[in-house]
Amino acid sequence: MGALFGHREHLVRVAALFAAGLVVFLFLQALLVPQDFGVYGHYRAGALDDNRARPLAHAGRSTCVECHTDVQEAAKGGRHEKIGCEACHGPLARHAEDPSTTKAVRPDSRVLCRRCHATNVARPVRFPQIDPEEHAGKEACVTCHTAHNPGAEKGGENKGATR
Amino acid sequence: MSPDRRDFLARSGKLLILTGAAQVAFDSLLSGEPERAPNYRTSDHWWAMIIDVEKCIGCGNCVRACKEENDVPREPFYFRTWVERYHVPGGLSEQPQVDSPNGGYDGFEEKYPPGDGSKSFFVPKLCNQCSNSPCVQVCPVGATFDSPDGVVLVDRKYCLGCRYCVHACPYGCRFIDPRTRTVDKCSLCYHRITRGLTTACCETCPTGARQLGDLKNPRDPIHEYLRTHKVQVLKPQMATGSKTYYNGLDGSVR
Repeated sequence: MGALFGHREHLVRVAALFAAGLVVFLFLQALLVPQDFGVYGHYRAGALDDNRARPLAHAGRSTCVECHTDVQEAAKGGRHEKIGCEACHGPLARHAEDPSTTKAVRPDSRVLCRRCHATNVARPVRFPQIDPEEHAGKEACVTCHTAHNPGAEKGGENKGATR
Repeated sequence: MSPDRRDFLARSGKLLILTGAAQVAFDSLLSGEPERAPNYRTSDHWWAMIIDVEKCIGCGNCVRACKEENDVPREPFYFRTWVERYHVPGGLSEQPQVDSPNGGYDGFEEKYPPGDGSKSFFVPKLCNQCSNSPCVQVCPVGATFDSPDGVVLVDRKYCLGCRYCVHACPYGCRFIDPRTRTVDKCSLCYHRITRGLTTACCETCPTGARQLGDLKNPRDPIHEYLRTHKVQVLKPQMATGSKTYYNGLDGSVR
């Protein structure tokens, strides 16, 4: 015991060093860890807002039909009635914000329709599929079919789907 | 040792502890609620996704819409969601042939002849929004986390790009964005669902093969769906608590 207190000065120095280190650590921690870290868990609470702040690309069907009621009316009762507008027309949130500057591009039916309706064994059996060349040659799909309501054909014979 | 010094140490120790506690309490008071969107409370939602394999036609709308909505690099191998085609010769689940040309971005050209005695189907994949996610557990800095409404999100400002989570995810749902060198993954369109919209993939799915659901909303049709369908999650043996439920999932799907 006597020897321990004989070295009291050394112990005080080590203790002072530890205390100084602790102060520096606490200072740096307060400086570097954001205020909102750990409010909800081991993450920055502000990251929720960051994720929420991204801009929209797709306006959503409910926004489209605010103006395009005629298309909604045309599709009523048809097989394409429930499909979102932007499924075929692409993301159009900018068009919905300012219709004058950004216009929708009319999709090429020869490319668009076959993405869903070209024959493919992996598709569900009951889903209407055709061999585009055999079914229509080089004719565009919209020559005979109405895209928004494919059940109501533009005159002529309804060849129907092969599968 | 004089009693005075002992008393002093005890007092200052108590003071230190109390100040720390007061600071924690004060911090949480100052930071307030994260909900700045007026009508959205994270505690009222618990998001999930339903994938109906029997409805998927492999058109790739979801892949294209997701890349547009979330600014995902257009090159192949960067996907927040993608579609796989399974081809199971002879219906034997052990040896499926799986392909996913460009993640299904351009749709699927017919590849297998019809009537060869095999079964084929499409399986859309995305982050499973696990409630016990391996990726969250391995993140060393708290840059990926479970949000209070059940979505696994990434904090881009905090991500180091260490790739631990990319390795940890059993579903291969994460990638490193080559522009920011931080990790990215499906956020279940968090910016959309918190504004009352559905995800971009659900919005553009023509057959309703994908449906967003809120398990905390008693009026959400997801409850009826889960009651009336035989659903399965991917890799249930991993015990990830996946909240992406597949209807009509084949045993060959990995």
